[in-house]
Amino acid sequence: MRGRAALLVLEDGSTFRGSGFGADGETFGEAVFNTGMAGYQEVLTDPSYAGQIVTMTYPHQGNYGLNDEDPESFRIQVAGFAVREASRRPSSWRSGTSVRDALAAAGIVGIEGIDTRRLTLRLRTHGAMRAAISTDDLDEASLIARVRESAGMEGADLARTVSAPRPYEAASLVGPAATDRGKVFRVAAYDFGLKRNILRLLAASGIEAIVVPAETPADEVAGAGYDGVFLSNGPGDPSATRYGVAAVRDLLGRVPVFGICLGHQLLGLALDGRSYKMKFGHRGVNQPVERRRTGAVEITSHNHGFAIDAGAWETDDDGIVRTPHGRVELSHRNLNDGTLEGLRCLDVPAFSVQYHPEAAPGPHDSRYLFDEFRSLMAERERERAEEAV
Amino acid sequence: MPRRTDIHRIMVIGSGPIVIGQACEFDYSGTQACKVLRAEGFDVALVNSNPATIMTDPGFADRTYIEPLTPASVLAILERERPDAVLPTLGGQTALNVSVALAESGDLDRLGIRLIGATLEAIRKAEDRSGFQRAMVDAGLEVPRSGIATTVDQALRLGEEIGYPVIVRPSFTLGGGGSGFASSRDELETLAARSLEISPATEILVEESIAGWKEFELEVMRDGADNAVIVCSIENVDPMGVHTGDSITVAPQQTLSDREYQVMRDAAIACVRAIGVETGGSNVQFAVDPRTGRQVVIEMNPRVSRSSALASKATGFPIAKIAALLAAGYRLDEVTNDITGETPAAFEPTLDYVVVKIPRFAFEKFPEASPVLSSTMKSVGETMAIGRTFKEALGKAWRGIEKSGFDLGSAAVDERPAREELLASLRDGTEHRLHLVEAALEAGWSVDEVAAASAIDPWFVDQIAEVVEGATSIDGRALHTLGATELREAKRLGMSDPRIAMLTGATDAAVRRHREALGVTPVFKTVDTCGGEFPATTPYHYSAYEDESEVRPADRPRIVILGAGPNRIGQGIEFDYACVHAAFALEEAGFESVMINSNPETVSTDYDTSSRLYFEPLSAEDVLAVCRAERPAGVIAQFGGQTPLRLARVLQDEGFPILGTSPDAIDLAEDRGKFAEVLAELGIPAPPHGEARTIAEARQVASSIGYPVVVRPSYVLGGRAMEIVYDDDELELFVRTAAEASPDHPVLIDRFLEGAIEVDVDAVCDGTDVFIGAIMEHIEEAGVHSGDSSCQIPPATLSDDELDTIEHITRRLARRLGVVGLLNLQLAVKDERIWVLEANPRASRTVPFVSKVVGVALARVATLVVAGRTLADLELEGVLPGDPHHYRRLPATSVKAAVLPFDRFPGVDTILGPEMRSTGEVMGIDVDPGMALAKAMVAAGHALPTRGTVFVSVANRDKRAIVFPAGRLAAMGFRVLATSGTAGVLERAGIRVERVAKVSEGPHNVAELIRDGAIDLVINTPFGRSPRSDGWRIRTASAAAGVPCVTTLPGVFAALRGIEALRGAPTEPRSLQEHHDVARAEPRQARLTFAEAAAVADATSADGWS
Ligand SMILES: Nc1ncnc2c1ncn2[C@@H]1O[C@H](COP(=O)(O)OP(=O)(O)O)[C@@H](O)[C@H]1O
Ligand SMILES: Nc1ncnc2c1ncn2[C@@H]1O[C@H](COP(=O)(O)OP(=O)(O)O)[C@@H](O)[C@H]1O
Ligand SMILES: [Mg+2]
Ligand SMILES: [Mg+2]
Repeated sequence: MRGRAALLVLEDGSTFRGSGFGADGETFGEAVFNTGMAGYQEVLTDPSYAGQIVTMTYPHQGNYGLNDEDPESFRIQVAGFAVREASRRPSSWRSGTSVRDALAAAGIVGIEGIDTRRLTLRLRTHGAMRAAISTDDLDEASLIARVRESAGMEGADLARTVSAPRPYEAASLVGPAATDRGKVFRVAAYDFGLKRNILRLLAASGIEAIVVPAETPADEVAGAGYDGVFLSNGPGDPSATRYGVAAVRDLLGRVPVFGICLGHQLLGLALDGRSYKMKFGHRGVNQPVERRRTGAVEITSHNHGFAIDAGAWETDDDGIVRTPHGRVELSHRNLNDGTLEGLRCLDVPAFSVQYHPEAAPGPHDSRYLFDEFRSLMAERERERAEEAV
Repeated sequence: MPRRTDIHRIMVIGSGPIVIGQACEFDYSGTQACKVLRAEGFDVALVNSNPATIMTDPGFADRTYIEPLTPASVLAILERERPDAVLPTLGGQTALNVSVALAESGDLDRLGIRLIGATLEAIRKAEDRSGFQRAMVDAGLEVPRSGIATTVDQALRLGEEIGYPVIVRPSFTLGGGGSGFASSRDELETLAARSLEISPATEILVEESIAGWKEFELEVMRDGADNAVIVCSIENVDPMGVHTGDSITVAPQQTLSDREYQVMRDAAIACVRAIGVETGGSNVQFAVDPRTGRQVVIEMNPRVSRSSALASKATGFPIAKIAALLAAGYRLDEVTNDITGETPAAFEPTLDYVVVKIPRFAFEKFPEASPVLSSTMKSVGETMAIGRTFKEALGKAWRGIEKSGFDLGSAAVDERPAREELLASLRDGTEHRLHLVEAALEAGWSVDEVAAASAIDPWFVDQIAEVVEGATSIDGRALHTLGATELREAKRLGMSDPRIAMLTGATDAAVRRHREALGVTPVFKTVDTCGGEFPATTPYHYSAYEDESEVRPADRPRIVILGAGPNRIGQGIEFDYACVHAAFALEEAGFESVMINSNPETVSTDYDTSSRLYFEPLSAEDVLAVCRAERPAGVIAQFGGQTPLRLARVLQDEGFPILGTSPDAIDLAEDRGKFAEVLAELGIPAPPHGEARTIAEARQVASSIGYPVVVRPSYVLGGRAMEIVYDDDELELFVRTAAEASPDHPVLIDRFLEGAIEVDVDAVCDGTDVFIGAIMEHIEEAGVHSGDSSCQIPPATLSDDELDTIEHITRRLARRLGVVGLLNLQLAVKDERIWVLEANPRASRTVPFVSKVVGVALARVATLVVAGRTLADLELEGVLPGDPHHYRRLPATSVKAAVLPFDRFPGVDTILGPEMRSTGEVMGIDVDPGMALAKAMVAAGHALPTRGTVFVSVANRDKRAIVFPAGRLAAMGFRVLATSGTAGVLERAGIRVERVAKVSEGPHNVAELIRDGAIDLVINTPFGRSPRSDGWRIRTASAAAGVPCVTTLPGVFAALRGIEALRGAPTEPRSLQEHHDVARAEPRQARLTFAEAAAVADATSADGWS
């Protein structure tokens, strides 16, 4: 083993001894596992992982290093990183730094050399748990005791902690929106923990985004003449993100809305749905999702521990539910466990998906959704024009 | 989209004999396909010429045709079967090419037969290099700069355009056949000529060489609804320029970021769509420029391939099975993932372990061939290992390859090359390349220096560097000073016990005991396709040095079956066949079968073949670990060839009983000294023999025995390094080389029974009774390794008395040796006397052949016996035929013929000898014995001509005997050419013959004629052993030009009979099931007359035939 001794414990009392890498010290958070084999840089920098200690089920991490093109946000967001082996010698023409150095620089504690499969099976059978990694306190009993005192995810409102403090132009990060698609639409993108690749893909489909803080009131947005509103992914418990739910409720019917992940959950709650905490969630890049209308299967990228309960509404047989905002189609379904993966309002211009069509990491099967957002706004414009006549 | 209802009968086409580039993986895929299609209620007919396969067992298809995989013979079967569809994508290149031929000839349309899985158009696009390149460019995918040539001139023009070096790649070939690099005009000229020759479409691709780039492979599955998933990504440790089949490969890919990987994923799916593969598995190969990340497409195979087998075993996703279901109409989301039992197959497997594949080579058998790895595949087998890290998996793979010393790291390359040499040998990699990487690192080279010299990615080099550092840290330490932590670290780095033993100067056993005493033992993890996200229902395990084991207790007693490991010459698919039957039979007998094997190509390593699968190296430490975890009732060591025999002793000593034949009994048969004593004691004749350690001693023994003698180092396997020597000089030469081959081992010297008929026997003994499976009579004389010679059932020329005596000897030996289970005997019959050459107390290469011919699964019978049943019971139950002479009275004749890899090793002499060199075998079965022979030869690739020109040139001792066949050929209208000596004899016999010059006699010689395709059949029996003789030139020219070349007299008569049969009326193909029914109905004696012909020939004085 290379670094100094480190200890990882779970609230159920299981312990894992390995060696530390990245920063020395101690970190607490919710332990979750991700089954993607590559894409650790995107994972580390995904704000949705705020407050979580992430273990990767694939043993080798850091093989191709880190670069300046792939981060999904301004910094490393995970609370801790637990792997079987962190590469000491990254190799790639794009590699700038190693995962070891990057974590050290960011002051994030990592542990390696542990049986990550054992850890994963624990989380699968007992569910996501509070956990800690420490290089200081190597006494199992004491660290477990302190884990049990730490706060959990349920009821945690973390979106505001990772959100941008003030509005900014997406263009400043990802360049101007593509003009080859015809009119460039302007949208407000609520930042609950927004991933950068979402901005890239919005821009690529000719959508110019103004990123606004998580707690921006609906009226501020509705009044500003945006063509649409985008609801981003983000960490924490959707039901605790009340300001988000309220904003969406206000916006529904006034502007076209597109939500991803937490954004999807907020739309679901705004439609008087119910959210629940999953046993251990979906985190990976290989989840099969069925598109109800075509029956086509998309291989999708996931990162969520909460979901919307389709059972909250009464459903008629062709997957349409009735909500205060009219009829809503349960548009996507997870083929592994039946989880609700998408909502499409039929009486107001709004839709959302639980998974990550922007991927990063993950397959590109679902990028069509960004074009659908575009079409939704184009349609809305046409209707407006007709009303005007 | 559920199962399609427009199809009822499906014809599955197999891949034929095991050849380099096409091995067991297609038995695995074909078997899966047949199983699942029948389960889906389809009527399945199968054709495959390879009797050693599981798929050709009567139970796996409704009708099984063991017939040549030529368009003509497959067509005859289609005419008879009239299936609704042909499934061409699971039988490798062979099935694909046959299907293309029959589609293009219009026969499929005429018979109203569809191709399912891939359309003709798709196959053409993918296989025809030019069509492929166009499709890729249209799909917006990048390919290396290249052009298509159909003539050498075109090729040369392209060479100038593109600029050297270039690579030449023929269309419609496999295993990089005929491909190669040219760095100059001259090189390209010769290379292009050869490749055009080899390409069935006489079309080659001349392409910019990107040797040194990174090579990747993606396995794609697509269903009829256009859903596509990537089952597995594979990265080659070896750079572009080394054929994937010869490369050490890793799954999943290690060095691409997700961003780059997703681009490759999109490209792979785009490629499959562009080619238009409707359903099933395809693999797409990519190259990546390590400096810029530029990605180009190299090729795609619109079918299940070797890498699909690897991907299936690496992920637990059964590609072939699912490909078959998709071809039958299902969608990916309608098929469940067997391993989780709850989730659909529409997903992308994720690994939480690392898989390493290492190819196994056989250069030691082709000393004349270059050992440098290139774009033409040369490996004969492969092993796969699973570990939690690359290092752990690599270490296990080195054990799995079963080449002595390869797991010792740099110690595998004994002498330390100087810097310049090291540079050179790192560039032109051999099978030792990673050992040289270690050597360089030990010599203080930096990771980047080594990476630059070898074009191996620095990430891999650094992983190896970690191992080297670990090894250095314990080098020279005393074993007892290594604590648990240090040992555990060493094991986690993948170091084998023997390597630790070498470093600490202890014995393997000492290391193992010390390690186990300290509790440093592996746990067993599960291959579950999902990285632990869902519970796995299938016990498919691998060992790792981690915390938590996942082995579940079993309700039934368990029996461990030791597999055969990687394919090698002398130990191939036949042994996997036996292991698979053992697994089935154990289930039948109420046990849980626990399979241990490391060969990803096989049926035995399918998770649903045995109750529990351990994908582990067959080395002492790994096998013992499994046994400690499973606590089996016993271990079966007799089905996996020589591999398990080597483990029997240590398992026994560690308290795991060997079921069936005991280690002592094995020893008695394997140790040639002890065995000779047994024979003497029983008064069974054996060739006079002796041992020698020095040249003087050897001379003495030889002269007392009398030349010619057979000499071999005492350790031999597969006739390794075995030779027939005729005088003292040859003897001296051999003893030197052999002594080198095995230091401090004596040389064994036997009288060579010249001109003897060789006989193989496969039998089962239950300790009391003996069941004779069959006695096989070889066609070539003793002196040609039993694995390389053809043989037939029923025996051709042996009298019933001789057969009785052989049976009697077999019975007595089986009992005396204490065989419980299978026994293989090799004997020679000469001058009315029967000599025993050797006894193998285990499954033999011929077990599947015999089983198929006589309709009794010998391996199953042996397993039941090992599990405690008696032969008497089994006979009562009708498992065994009542008639002890059943094999003598078969209505049809079956011939087994060997397939040799000379096309891969240009310049290697094709004379058959006591050293086995064949990679596979085929079977011909027919009521007409001549036709059975013809089928076997055609299936083996020696298309016998029915008219044309034959060239004859034989050794003096054969001149009398050649008159008869030469006369027959002339009488049949063949034009006969001969060299002066032979011509003289034939003319005097009144045969019209034209003289041609020997190669040594200058231009317009026979070699040129052969090269120009002016000769259709070559008859050349060796003129002694001089390396660069005329004979050698003739034989190598034939091999290069693919002209059938017969090198033994009996072979000539066999060919003659074959030709006569082919000229007669074609016989109707019959399924194996039909043959068996007939045999049970009306047994009658069949006899082969080529032997009578031989007799006639010896009698014929030189006259009569004009
Ligand atoms: N343009 C090229 N430059 C260098 N090496 C190449 C090139 N194209 C192919 N190769 C090498 O040749 C090997 C065999 O080529 P391939 O087309 O895959 O033959 P096969 O159809 O037998 O698999 C590849 O695995 C690769 O290593
Ligand atoms: N004394 C002998 N006389 C003639 N041929 C022999 C003799 N011994 C061995 N051979 C030939 O050599 C071949 C290999 O010998 P064998 O003992 O079977 O070695 P292996 O263990 O490799 O099978 C045999 O198949 C036979 O053709
Ligand atoms: Mg290839
Ligand atoms: Mg033998």
